[in-house]
Parts: sequence; structure tokens; C-alpha cells
Amino acid sequence: MMHTTASSHLTLPTVRAKMSAHLSYGRVNLNILREAARKELREFLDKCAGSKAIVWDEYLTGPFGLIAQYSLLKEHEVEKMFTLKGGRLPAADVKNIIFFVRPRLELMDIIAENVISEDKMHSPRDFHILFVPRRSMLCEQRLKEQGVLGSLINIDEYILDLIPYDGDLLSMESEGAFRECYLESDQTSLYHTAKGLMTLQALYGTIPQIFGKGECARHVANMMLRMKREFAGSQTQILPVFDSLLLLDRNIDLLTPLATQLTYEGLIDEVYGITNGYVKLPPEKFAAQKKQVEVGKDLPTEPKKMQLNSAEELYAEIRDKNFNAIGAALSKKAKIISAAFEERHNAKTVGEIKQFVSQLPHMQAARSSLANHTSIAELIKDITTSEAFFDNLTVEQEFMTGVDTDKVNTYIEDCIAQKDPLIKILRLVCMQSVCNNGLKQKILDYYKREILQTYGYEHMLTLNNLEKTGLLKPQTSTRNNYPTIRKTLKLWMEDANEQNPNDISYVYSGYAPLSIRLTQVLARPGWRSIEEVLKMLPGPHFEERQQLPAGLHKKRQQGENRTTLVFFLGGVTYAEIAALRFLSQMEDGGTEYIIATTKLINGTSWIKSLMDRPEAP
Amino acid sequence: MIRGKPDEDEYWNSSKFKAFTFDDEDDDFTRLKESKRAVNSIRSLVEEEDEEDDVEKVSWSGEPVGSISWSVKETASSIRSTGEVRDQSFPKINTAPSLPKNSSGYSLSSLFKGTTHDWTPEETVKRMQQGKVYSLEKFRSLQDKLLLLDEAVNAHDGNVITAVLIYLKKSLSKENLFRELITREIALRHYIHFLKEIEEQKLLLMQYRDHLNIRDENKRRDFLKSCLSLPFSPDDATHVQDHYTLLERQIIIEANDKQVESSGQADIFKKYPRKASILNMPIITTLYYSCFYHYGESDGTYSSPANIRKTFRISDKQFLLTCLGARAKLKAWFDVDALFTTKNWLGYTKKRSPIGFHRIVDILQKNNAPVQVLQEYVNLVEDAEQKISLAQKYKCHDVIINTYRDLKDRQQLIVYRGKVERGSSEYRKIEEILSNSVR
Repeated sequence: MMHTTASSHLTLPTVRAKMSAHLSYGRVNLNILREAARKELREFLDKCAGSKAIVWDEYLTGPFGLIAQYSLLKEHEVEKMFTLKGGRLPAADVKNIIFFVRPRLELMDIIAENVISEDKMHSPRDFHILFVPRRSMLCEQRLKEQGVLGSLINIDEYILDLIPYDGDLLSMESEGAFRECYLESDQTSLYHTAKGLMTLQALYGTIPQIFGKGECARHVANMMLRMKREFAGSQTQILPVFDSLLLLDRNIDLLTPLATQLTYEGLIDEVYGITNGYVKLPPEKFAAQKKQVEVGKDLPTEPKKMQLNSAEELYAEIRDKNFNAIGAALSKKAKIISAAFEERHNAKTVGEIKQFVSQLPHMQAARSSLANHTSIAELIKDITTSEAFFDNLTVEQEFMTGVDTDKVNTYIEDCIAQKDPLIKILRLVCMQSVCNNGLKQKILDYYKREILQTYGYEHMLTLNNLEKTGLLKPQTSTRNNYPTIRKTLKLWMEDANEQNPNDISYVYSGYAPLSIRLTQVLARPGWRSIEEVLKMLPGPHFEERQQLPAGLHKKRQQGENRTTLVFFLGGVTYAEIAALRFLSQMEDGGTEYIIATTKLINGTSWIKSLMDRPEAP
Repeated sequence: MIRGKPDEDEYWNSSKFKAFTFDDEDDDFTRLKESKRAVNSIRSLVEEEDEEDDVEKVSWSGEPVGSISWSVKETASSIRSTGEVRDQSFPKINTAPSLPKNSSGYSLSSLFKGTTHDWTPEETVKRMQQGKVYSLEKFRSLQDKLLLLDEAVNAHDGNVITAVLIYLKKSLSKENLFRELITREIALRHYIHFLKEIEEQKLLLMQYRDHLNIRDENKRRDFLKSCLSLPFSPDDATHVQDHYTLLERQIIIEANDKQVESSGQADIFKKYPRKASILNMPIITTLYYSCFYHYGESDGTYSSPANIRKTFRISDKQFLLTCLGARAKLKAWFDVDALFTTKNWLGYTKKRSPIGFHRIVDILQKNNAPVQVLQEYVNLVEDAEQKISLAQKYKCHDVIINTYRDLKDRQQLIVYRGKVERGSSEYRKIEEILSNSVR
């Protein structure tokens, strides 16, 4: 098997494509994982010898985009790419047709339709299916029923468990994970998580310590330990890169995602939604920046799509700041950039001019980046300064500080009467419920009736789901634990400093995310100090140790930081990530964090994933 | 980007670029404007080379050129309209050195190859997980089958659990299978999920959910009726009952109103033709509709607001807000007035509201109520400060003048005189008060 020396993976070639360079700069080189995933993809493509066309389940193009570009596919004779649709496949003079699909029954029916209508044309093309992330017996049975299973030459799976999302961030991009785990009791995504963590350990060494809190965390840890026993013969001889792993269930902290994120990146996600690392923005503010090359083609009605990650210097600098500090940061950057452009006046000699010119591309990129973020900040400022945003935030903060959480809230009532978007209402009602450890039966019934009467009875399915996951619940005991948890963990900080933060609470302008407080306390002084609170949160907490092969025990240098991988089962918000990055950067922090999750979420996308309303009639 | 310059401060001060200066005390708005201005002034220097090289190439749709989703669209179109430039750019994007192709590199699947011995339940499940050949047929006895099932459940892999369940369903009687599943909650849930997927049978809410797929309103109503007998929790049962009653009534109202509208008998439909059918609308929307088209009908009719209010137990607040919205939209100010008027036992009338009058004012204003109507409700706002600010917002001069008069605030009256039009009735009113009052 693999016998890599301890340091080999740290000295991979340094010249890399710009697309992935940002993955290599972090504490842990996540590009290794990306390269491994790319290799797997190449191997599958080479299995189908000859020219090929890929038929894409459209959902997958986003996650795949984080792994590979079209050029990689082209190198392996992929000549055409189509979107999966019913009916007959478009003509393409290729030897192989490969379907890249999620294991979903409805997609199998489309594939069957494609394959059957193809036979009639009797052009001899070979069919293959690549299931992402895994094969499914149910799907294969469906293909068999449709009579096309025999026509498929290769059926394979592409394990896309953990996708490198940024230099310190991994995501499984699995939208349904929370719903499956906590609502449908389908723990398949936990199995994928464990598998993903095994892959990670194969590449970065065994993680000596595993901590966790919550039912799902326990399951994942158990599976990891079991898998490790099963593969006992194939120990990897790699010096561990991670010192510890912390597994956290999303349901131990239901509050945080419900709150409106107030970091720059968090707000971009709240307002416009970031999907697979991209955001679509209203084009008006950006129109002036584009050159009018093809006048007819430059339609300002199309949203502007931007990629957001640490490859962009300015974005990496500002994304985790509280939004109220963004104006100052941008203006500081503007000063620096204009000063740089001013240097041309000082360039007198040919050498100096050459020097200036050589820097121009970088300066122009910086300028264009500044222009974009100034425009985005303006767009968001319009929203954060609105009365509606302010009122909403006020109520959230009242709930989080425990003000009147046991009464019907008039602001929520008003929002229902105004028919504000249902998701907004649900976020607030759930937040009140969580901050009150459940609502009095009378109050819960009142909210439910108002919601059903105003938005339609069919939403009882959604309300039911929210109750099953614990986001909404009747008060069962008279004791409300939340104030104790808030005080012990210092979840509310009166004097949060937005400009020069000294505590993680800056990410929500006062509220310190519970999940991150747990992480912080674990690093120092340890969970033993908060046993009482841990007992109030659902699920067990635990610690496991994994044996390291002899000779792989790390000898820490004086003052060297520990590296902890924090895995959020069921999703994590950008504000929580910002808080962890803040902890990593603290001078006396002692721990640096790498973050992994099943999915990047915000309150809206999260509640949406729990709603139950198939297409309206 | 800027390399350290020892004389940086001096450099700043001597800069020829004076287009903007920064003041760190400024608020964010100014700052954003500044960075915008800075950006713009820089651009004029380098207009000729916009967005090149360093930034990822982006197509006109904003999709990065060479990205997979962009390429799907691009390679799919056989006629490439303006694609020639883009085509050249494909190979340029990815120059990452790939790892060596020999087997010493990392391959995910190669990392997980265990050894197999006998195919015990545990081994079989493992093989299933690894996508290897396996056979379930050799698990014949009930006990063996259950061992296999438990092993699958232990693995937490839904795919494997489902595959085992498919086999058990084929090879066991329903009674046997159900008896065993009842004691295995996780397996049971998977089984339900599996049944749901293949549409064999549905349970309670899942069955209720099906109504969403029925388009014909009569069939939908009948389906909801059939749901009434399902053993829902008391709460859910009430909601399902209400849902059924609502649709039943909507069907009656819709048929009736359609007929009345097309016959041209009622003025209200002529003046305000219905924009959409009322079928499948939420109850509050239905109430609004009823307050709009069926106001004043006797309690006995299905379509009357009073009947709907009672049948569906609509709260006072919701009823008032909905009614107010509908009547204000029709500019039926008399009806609006009546909504708030109560008589006490002496026969005096008084205005009451379950909602603060400031909100009533907002709603009326949104429906373009005239000042005369608005000021009546502004006057009812209890908090003096809020009253003044609302009055100023909606230009209810009388309210403002009277309030200052009552407060004997001569100074404010003089200030306000400067704000109204000279010679207007408000102006004269202020003059009168000022001259009548003795300092």
C-alpha cells in the first residue's frame, strides 16, 4: 500500500494552477485531497476508452466544479457535455456516453428513456453510469425494471465525500444531510461522513484524539473506530497532521443558524445565497464596470455571478469581519491601491517603469476586486439599514438575551398579518422556541394556527417536521435551561467590539455561537469545566483515542499550535466559520482549526430543507 | 502589493493624487463612496486593459470560462455563435501538475481494500458496502435473515439496509416481516421510506401530503374527506378537518361567484373583476375575498365574513386586520369606521381596537385613505410623541396644531407655522390660536 514518508505531502510542487492555489496555503494542504479526487476521476474516464460525452445531472456540476475544470475532462477525451433531460440524447460522434448522476429514482427513469430511444437509432455508442457519491441498489433495480441495466457497460461510483472548499474548509455539499439524520432517521450521510474521514486520515495520518457531542457524532466516531479495525492491515505511515477531531451534531446548537449572520460573507449568504462557492448578484451595480465589447450581448438583466474564496486577496481579508467594519476596511484598501497607482509618478528610470508595469496586472486585479466588493457592500448596506432588517434583528436579539420569550411576540404577529415570507416567520418562531426551551402549549398552538390560516393548511407538514427535529416544541418541563446555558457559556456579550473584535461574539454583534463556544472551551480549559451544561444539551459527549503506529508520535515544538478538525454534522454557517478563523488567529489561542461540514447553511436554506411541500398544484 | 517604503508617510503626503482624502471618523456610507470613487479614478488610468490575466476568465453569463457548468452549455450547442475566442481559452485554465500516473499515487478506492474470508452476515454487509459481488440468497432461515438485517442496520448505510429489506420483503410473509420490523425502529423507518419511494402504501401525513398532487378540486376535496378518518393526533385532525371544510366551501363559493360574475348581476364584480379563483387559497385570503365581495351578507351564508370567522375560529386581530384591508381597498370608509365603533351602556360611542391605532393608520395610509380619514385615527393614537410623528409623516395639520395647542406649546406652533403654506387654512388656524392666546 501507501508508504509515504512523513513530509512528502508537504513538499508537492509549488507551481499550481490559480484555480486551486488557495487550497494549499492553509495550515493543512487541502490540495492533496483535491488531487486525490482528480486522480480518481481520471481513472474512471480512462476506463471508458475512446471519445466520450458526459451527460450531467445538473445538480452535480456545482460540486464537481470545485474539483475539476473542463480542461481535465477534455484531456481524457471528453468531447461533449450535455444536461440530463428526457427524450432522445443529442447527436454526438463519440464512442461513449457517460451519465454523471446522483442515485435518484427519477433520474434513472430519464436515463432509461435516453437509452431506449437511442437503440432505435442503432448507432453503436457505449453507455456508462457514474453514481455520485455512491451506487444505489434501489436505482439499479429501477434500471433493471426499465430493461436497460444490460445496456450499461460500466456502473461505478465516484466517492465525492469531502470536497475542498477553501484553504481551511471542507464540505460534503450534501443538502439533505440534516433532514435525513434528524427527521427521516436515515443515517447514510453519517456513513459517508465516516468514509470521508477515513479518506482524510489515509492522506493526512491517523487523528490521535476524537472528541464529540451528540448522537450523530457518537455514531460517526463508532463507525470510524470500526472501519479502522477492519482496515487494520493497511495502516498509513504518515505523521499525523491533525492533533484532534471534534465532531459536533447540529442539533446540540439549533439556535445559531437561526440568527441572522452579521459578518460580510455571512450577510452575502443571507441576502443572496452562496451556492458551491458562487454568488449571483443583481447586475445593476456592476454594469458600469464592464467594457461594452459586445453591445448586443451585454444584457444587464442577467445576474452577475462571482466566485468567492480566499484566492481573492481582498475577499480573504474582509469576509470574516463584522459588516460594520467593512466600510473602513474597503476605504483603507482604496488608499493603498491608489497609492500604488500613484507610484508611476515616481518611476523615472527604465528599470523603475518596468518594475511598475510588471506589477500592473496584480494592481488591476486588486482594483477590480475592490470595485466588486464596494458594489456588494453597497447592495448589502441598503438592506442592513432598512427598518425591516433592524426590527427583525431587534427581535432576534431580544430572544437571544431571553427577553419575553414566554409571550406571543407582536412583531411575529405583525409579520404574519403582513404575509411576510413564511421562512422568515418560521425562523423567528423556532428561535423563540429554542431560546425558551420550548413554547407554552397555548402559545405554540396560537402561532401554529396563525401560520396555517395565513399560509395554508398544507404547511402542517412543515410544522410537523420542525417539531420532529426539535426546532419547534411544546414546553415539557417548567424549567428553561437556556438562561443557564447562556450564562455559563457567555453566549451574550454586551460589549461586542465589531471593529476590533476581542471575542467571537462579534460575528453576530453580541451573540457568541454556542457551537464555537463549545469548541473554544474544549481547547481551554476543557469540557470538564462545563459538565453541567453539556448534560443539558442533547446526546452524549465523549472522547476516544486512536493508537498511532510506533514512531509517528508527534513531538510538539515549544509554542507550536495544535491543529483541530471540527466537523459539523448537519451544516455550519459562514459566521461560525468566521468565529473559528478568529480563534485560529488569536495570538495566544494555541489551536488552529480546519473546518468540515455536510453542507454550508444559513437559516433560510436550513428551514427550506425541512419544508414539505412538493410542487404546488 | 506595496513593498515597504521607509518614507511611506512622506510619500503619502507628497502624493500628487488629491482626488480623495480619507477621514477615519467618517461613517460607512461615506467610506463606501470613497472606495467607489477611488476605484473609478483608478480606472481612468488603465481603461485599456480591463479585467485581464489575473482574474479568472468569466463568460458573459458570468460563469467562469472553462468551468464545468459553463462547458456543459457550451459544448452542447453545435453551432458556436461567438465561441471561437472562448474555445482557445479552454486549455489555458488548468495547468496544475497532475500527480504521477503510476500506482504509487493516491487513489481513494485503493485505500479501502480489506480481505474477505467467509461470507458471514458481517462480511456480506461489508462486501455490499464495498460494491463487491455478494449473495443474499444463502440467508434462508428467519434467524439468518434477521442477523443480516441487524448487521446492515449496524452499518448505518441506508443503501445496504434498503437492499436487505428488498430481499426480506421478497422472501418473507408480510406478517413475519412486520413483526420483526416493529422491534427494529431504524429498519422500520427505512422500510417506510422504501415503500414511500415505490408508492405502495402511505402513512398518515404522507398520505395527507398526497393531496398536493391532485389537481381537480372535487377529487382533492374527496381525498381530504377520506383523510378525515385517519388516526391523526388531535391537533393534526383539527387542521385536516379545517382544510377539508375550507376547500368544500371554496368550491361552493367559486361556483356561485363565477356564475354571478358572468351573468353581470352584481355591481361589485363588474367594478372589480375577480383576478383569480379562490380555490386552494389559504383561509385568511378567503376571508379577505369574503370581506371584499360578500360584505354584509347574513351570518347564515357560507360566504359571509361572520360565518367564516366563526367556522375557522379566526382571532379578533386577524379578523380585524383582514377586514380592514379589504374595506380600505374598496375605500369603504364608513365600514372602516364601523369596525372600531363600540357603544357603551349609556349609548355613547367609542373607538376601540385590539391592535394599536398607529398600525391602523399605516394600513389606511397604504390604501391611500384621504387625510380626513387618516387624521381621525392618528388622533386616537395614545402616545403623544408617536401621534405627532405620525401626523407629521402623513401631513395631518389639524392633529399637529391641536396637539401643540393643548400642550400650550407656543414655540412649536410658531415653528410649525413656518412649515405650512402661507395663507392656507392651517396657516390661518395657527395665526388665530397664537393671537387668541395670551402669553
